Amino acid sequence: MGEIEVLALRGVDVDLYEGELLVLLGASGSGKSTLLNILGGLDVPSEGDVRYLDHDLTVGDEPALTRYRREHVGFVFQFYNLIPSLTARENVQLVTDIADDPLSAEDALDLVGLKPRMHHFPSQLSGGEQQRVAIARAVAKRPEILLCDEPTGALDCETGRLVLEVIDRVNRDLGTTTAIITHNAPIAAMGDRVMTLSDGSVRSVVVSSDKRAPAELVW
Amino acid sequence: MKALDRKLFRDLVALKGQVVTIAVVVACGVASYVTLLSAFASIERSRAAYYEAQRFPDVFAHLERAPSGLEARVAALPGVAEAETRIVHSALIPIAGMSEPAAARVVSLPREGGPRLADVHLRQGRLPDPTHRDEIALLETFAEAHRLGPGSELSVVMGGIERRLRVVGIVVSPEYVFAVAGGTMVQDPKRFAVVWMPGRELAPAYAMDGAFNDVVLRLQPGANERAVIDALDGLLASYGGLGAYARDRQISNMMLQQELGQLESYATIAPVLFLSVAAFLVHVVIARTVNLQRTQIAVLKAVGYSNREVGVHYLEMVAVISLLGAALGVALGAYLGRGMLDMYRPYFHIPDMAYVLDARMIFTSTVISIGAAVLGTLSTVWRVARLPPAAAMTPEAPALYRRSVFELLGLGRLFGTSARMVIRELSRHPVRTVASVVGVSFAIAIMVVARFSYDGITALVDTQFRTARREDIEVTFRHVVPTSVVTEIRRLPGVFEVEPSRAVSARVRSAHRSRDALVSGRPADASLSRIVEWPLRVVPVPDRGVMLSAELASLLDVRPGDHVTLEPHEGDRRPRDVVVTGTVRDVFGLSVYATLDGVAEIFGGEPTATSVLVTFDPAYDAELMRRLERLPALASVTRRKSLIDRFDQQMSEVMYITMAVLTAFAAAIAIGVIYNNARIALSMRARDLASLRVLGYTRGEISAVLLGELAAYVVLAVAPGLVLGRAFCDAMMSTVDRELYRFPTVISAQTYAFAVVVTAATALVSALLVRRKLDQLDLIGVLKTRE
Repeated sequence: MGEIEVLALRGVDVDLYEGELLVLLGASGSGKSTLLNILGGLDVPSEGDVRYLDHDLTVGDEPALTRYRREHVGFVFQFYNLIPSLTARENVQLVTDIADDPLSAEDALDLVGLKPRMHHFPSQLSGGEQQRVAIARAVAKRPEILLCDEPTGALDCETGRLVLEVIDRVNRDLGTTTAIITHNAPIAAMGDRVMTLSDGSVRSVVVSSDKRAPAELVW
Repeated sequence: MKALDRKLFRDLVALKGQVVTIAVVVACGVASYVTLLSAFASIERSRAAYYEAQRFPDVFAHLERAPSGLEARVAALPGVAEAETRIVHSALIPIAGMSEPAAARVVSLPREGGPRLADVHLRQGRLPDPTHRDEIALLETFAEAHRLGPGSELSVVMGGIERRLRVVGIVVSPEYVFAVAGGTMVQDPKRFAVVWMPGRELAPAYAMDGAFNDVVLRLQPGANERAVIDALDGLLASYGGLGAYARDRQISNMMLQQELGQLESYATIAPVLFLSVAAFLVHVVIARTVNLQRTQIAVLKAVGYSNREVGVHYLEMVAVISLLGAALGVALGAYLGRGMLDMYRPYFHIPDMAYVLDARMIFTSTVISIGAAVLGTLSTVWRVARLPPAAAMTPEAPALYRRSVFELLGLGRLFGTSARMVIRELSRHPVRTVASVVGVSFAIAIMVVARFSYDGITALVDTQFRTARREDIEVTFRHVVPTSVVTEIRRLPGVFEVEPSRAVSARVRSAHRSRDALVSGRPADASLSRIVEWPLRVVPVPDRGVMLSAELASLLDVRPGDHVTLEPHEGDRRPRDVVVTGTVRDVFGLSVYATLDGVAEIFGGEPTATSVLVTFDPAYDAELMRRLERLPALASVTRRKSLIDRFDQQMSEVMYITMAVLTAFAAAIAIGVIYNNARIALSMRARDLASLRVLGYTRGEISAVLLGELAAYVVLAVAPGLVLGRAFCDAMMSTVDRELYRFPTVISAQTYAFAVVVTAATALVSALLVRRKLDQLDLIGVLKTRE
């Protein structure tokens, strides 16, 4: 059996504005994770341009992409992806060790309300708590961009709302440009803009007129 | 501490079983290197210092008799820095409680002080005072064997006359570091003595007043050794010179070099072996760890760690494991090296043989072990460090399984479900399977090597001392005796058989090639001293011409039918041309074989003998010895049985310890390979196994799946392991000086069985360790974890 070429995205044109909270909505297989990976410098498109301020991320070689991720981007993953052998604080320190002007690990954990549990290992934390540690880890470097890939995908509704509140607060208080990927339509209501993806193309971009607080969301 | 370092530390703790087993294998490599090399360096350093301090000569020559005046001409030869002449003769020392007398060598001391060359090192008492009568200095080994010290008295038969002498000093000498009587290659402190006494007193006993029969030389730096030897031979030719030789053929130095050479070659071979296995183990474990941590690697890269930082993180893990192993290895090596030196102490009589472990050796071994491990993992680490972070985030694609060859052949029905899983697992990871089999093969091979020297020595002793030689005693004379002496011995009480033999030392030449060898004559129907080639085949004495040791024939590049020239070192020196009628693959030395009549024909004169082999009725032992001692030209009486005993004794202690250490190392390798494989198999298949348990399989049944895989490694490794072991033995045999002795690699069935059984036993131990883990398998926990 030979390899089949699958195009994840085609003809996608996206702008991310400073300080906004963008929600990327799409079913699984719509190409939203690929888009996020490209925006975050985890992957490069086979064709087209990606720019961040005056950096060209398409021509960027591996060291340049590493530098971009290191200096400007914070990630939050669906499955938290904490290092199981490190405590909450140490997971955050992983980032503060290499960032230029980071928050202290304690402050970052305080921001997500987990300072009292900073000495716990991931296996000793609930899913929501782990995701909040992941957010603390992402924001500790004071990133310009925060990219969240299905941050509530593995969480129940109530815990998910708690996590979204933290993301929303970071966006508001620190002014971090934030993109949330989700297949969960109700979450779109918390975005400044909502972009809908399907089959690798952008179907619509809607500027929200009625932005809701995460606490009001129901799914 | 950085968070990444903390992760490193915690990962190492989590992997402790594997970390320890790998570190132990690394430690074995480092320990073998440090043990052997430090023992080698310590002996070599002490030897060099000792030779220098005692002014060990560069060239040696023995002759019949030359006037003292010749010394000045010897000293004036170009290239000679210093010459010393002396009298060296054989003597006998009758010992109460020993039926045959001990063989002795008496060496003259100069008029004043100690010898200028090959000086003795005083251990107790003082040197003999030339103004006092009957004072001697005695070789320490003999003195210790008979509890003699300054003040003891000793009877020495010199030139057939017994004298009562007083020991005033106990000494060691650089010429007798390895104290062997010529030709035996076995140290027998009880039966071999060296006595130093003033020349003035020694000379009359052998009618050597105003004369000498032994020369030793120190050469000027950069002098041409060969040229000096040729010049000396020329000068001594008319004085019965027996052929000068350099240090490399001085018997004590030769044995010492042989032993040191072997140590050095072991010190190179063994660590390479161990460290390659260690590198392979580290590779397997790191590859697996890295695969299990793909997601973590992706996260590290997503948050901004570079390829280099991630790579270095995993290399650090490797380095820590190797460093742990190296530290353990250096400590173990220093301990074993010291032990090894102690083991050699009774055999090499070098005063102040101190153990030295220099920092460079520690540094080198540490760097090499880390280097080997890093090299073994570089490709894996590099591959993972370069994985695009997004790709690393998805789990590895499900493994692709296929039906095995056996099943395609329709043999599938022969196997149960467990066996089928084992076979598929092995064929799914061909590289890992091959690598694991190679690892276990190494362990088997090392065990073969461990026990092989035992086989080799046994075969050597069987060939030389049990098949070739069958006498009770060998009676040696100081010079050739007429065959009437043989008749005389035949008439002694209790004697069953006698067989004369004649040895003539000669240079054998063919065109520009030449070698010193022993021309050995025996009766055509010799039954006490037979020519034997491996494997234990008796070869008849040629009735015409001469038969050469195959080694000698190849050195001279001659074949049966060719002619060689014999230049005897004694008697009538004219070269003789003889035809080579055969070659024989004998095991000791370089020989030219002929019948007694043949030897007489070649060198002229009546058949004569230099020694007589005797079998006798043990009831007449004491009586016979007393009578033999009265023979005028007697040099020594050697019992074959005590020779065998000494040989066994000399070899066994060193051999058993070496065997134990090598076996322990090999077991460490086997455990390292098998345990690590089992742990990896367990971590990779915990889910499958837990699923099986949930489906109702028993512990025994799921163990069979996992442990069957380990058993398969061992079974597959047996044949290559034994072949590899044989190859290692061959490699070791090739380091032996073939002119001294040679032997085909002999490995007994017991050795092969030993290697397999011990490996299987260590495999079983590793299996039990893993089985315990398996029993603790947390069913729910394993099934819940996300792949």
